[in-house]
Amino acid sequence: MTMAIPKLQLVDIHKAFGPKKVLRGLNLDVAPGRSLVVIGGSGTGKSVSIKCAIGLIQPDKGKVLIDGEDVTHAHGKKREDVLRKFGMLFQGAALFDSLTVWENVAFRLLYRDGLKRKDAKDRAIETLAKVRLKPDVADLSPAELSGGMQKRVGLARAIIAKPELIFFDEPTTGLDPITADAINDLIREMVTDLGCAAISITHDMASAKKIADEIAMILDGQIIYRGPADTIFNSGDPRVDQFVHGRADGPIAAHI
Amino acid sequence: MSVRRNPLAAIGAATLGFFREIGRVGLFAAAGIAACFTPRIYIGQILRQFWRIGFLSLPVVGLTAVFIGAALALNIYVGGSRFNAESFVPTIVVLGITRELGPVLAGLMLAGRVSAGIAAEIGTMRVTEQIDALSTLSTNPYRFLVAPRVTAATLAMPVLVMIADIIGVMGGYLVSINSLGFNGSIYLQKTWDFITADDILIGLTKAAVFGFIISIMGCFFGFNSRGGAGGVGRAATYAVVASAVLILASNYVLTTLFVK
Repeated sequence: MTMAIPKLQLVDIHKAFGPKKVLRGLNLDVAPGRSLVVIGGSGTGKSVSIKCAIGLIQPDKGKVLIDGEDVTHAHGKKREDVLRKFGMLFQGAALFDSLTVWENVAFRLLYRDGLKRKDAKDRAIETLAKVRLKPDVADLSPAELSGGMQKRVGLARAIIAKPELIFFDEPTTGLDPITADAINDLIREMVTDLGCAAISITHDMASAKKIADEIAMILDGQIIYRGPADTIFNSGDPRVDQFVHGRADGPIAAHI
Repeated sequence: MSVRRNPLAAIGAATLGFFREIGRVGLFAAAGIAACFTPRIYIGQILRQFWRIGFLSLPVVGLTAVFIGAALALNIYVGGSRFNAESFVPTIVVLGITRELGPVLAGLMLAGRVSAGIAAEIGTMRVTEQIDALSTLSTNPYRFLVAPRVTAATLAMPVLVMIADIIGVMGGYLVSINSLGFNGSIYLQKTWDFITADDILIGLTKAAVFGFIISIMGCFFGFNSRGGAGGVGRAATYAVVASAVLILASNYVLTTLFVK
């Protein structure tokens, strides 16, 4: 039996900003169709690791492999081809203020693939329906939407082009528990429907349990634990136990 | 001894920082120019920027021009009357406006209106991760954000200055015939007789350079803004100051080149 090639592999990634070493030999991979959640405290390198994976930040050392191909230093057309495989939901949704909701959702179709506006709008409305948003929000501007609705629009934008790998950056931060749970359900549903790989970073354990097949924990720029989602509360690692139970006392010092 | 305590080290560090910043601006400008000429070119975005930078700047540029033309005519009349040279008012007004005041004052007004606006808009996009989002959507931010603004500002500015020139001359004309006792048709005849194609071309060339400076400074400081609302505010301030200083400095250099 042969092992499937991981959709994404981060190999021995190092990244420092001035004297501050954020990633110190991080190794991470996700297989096609699997949902991996990365948990960890603030400033441990979660966001930097996914920015390195997408190519928004160049690692100082190490390799980024997509479908087994080294894309660490890919640029121009090759980088654009790699990015076509990705979707990303940003923490604050990162919707474009100057465009309407449907133009945000259909951005890639309009500006990248050159689809006609009418066809792109139809696709955008179809995708908005998948994230439980009605067609009448299509012509609103992002500023007219609530935080939860903005996240849904961001999710619609991430999935419209049927990506092979989706990144979720703190998908439930700033949302009330009911809206957060609805977003978690949508993420799970979208990942299952599309059959794509997903990497999420979050502090929210309820979210992590719901959307993950596997959970990895990052501390001081390295992955210190990885295991199935249902065993995270019995990991046997005191650092993981402290984090998942939200205790101030333990081997990890609280940063206040 | 640390940089903080050693004045020479502090001067050295500031000098190196200054040249580093110039280098960064140069590289950014080169990337911006390259983005203007490499596909994909976003025509819709360019037209949108023409509207925002060009058309919506017409009132401020027009008002500036009419008042400057009027004040210029009055001042030249007062100065000229000391040498019995009042008849030179139309000539000096038209030369002063087309070669110098039209492009420089329109440039400074647009440094405030356009450069600050671009820096604030792109700066907000930076701090809210919208620029990162563009990259993840396989869209080059230089081509989508910088190129349309630079193209539109560089091409719209000469048109704005041409209109400012006409309105400025009209300002001088109105004051001259209503307050200074000039004959209208003689005023216009003198204006027309003395102006040359070179005078107009010099002003329009300056305008294109100023348009480029205004847009590239706005984009540069917006792209490099950090740290939330305060960072966006600083980006807008730096963009206006840098644009104004560069407009005045480049105006001197261009005038020197054209006078030779």
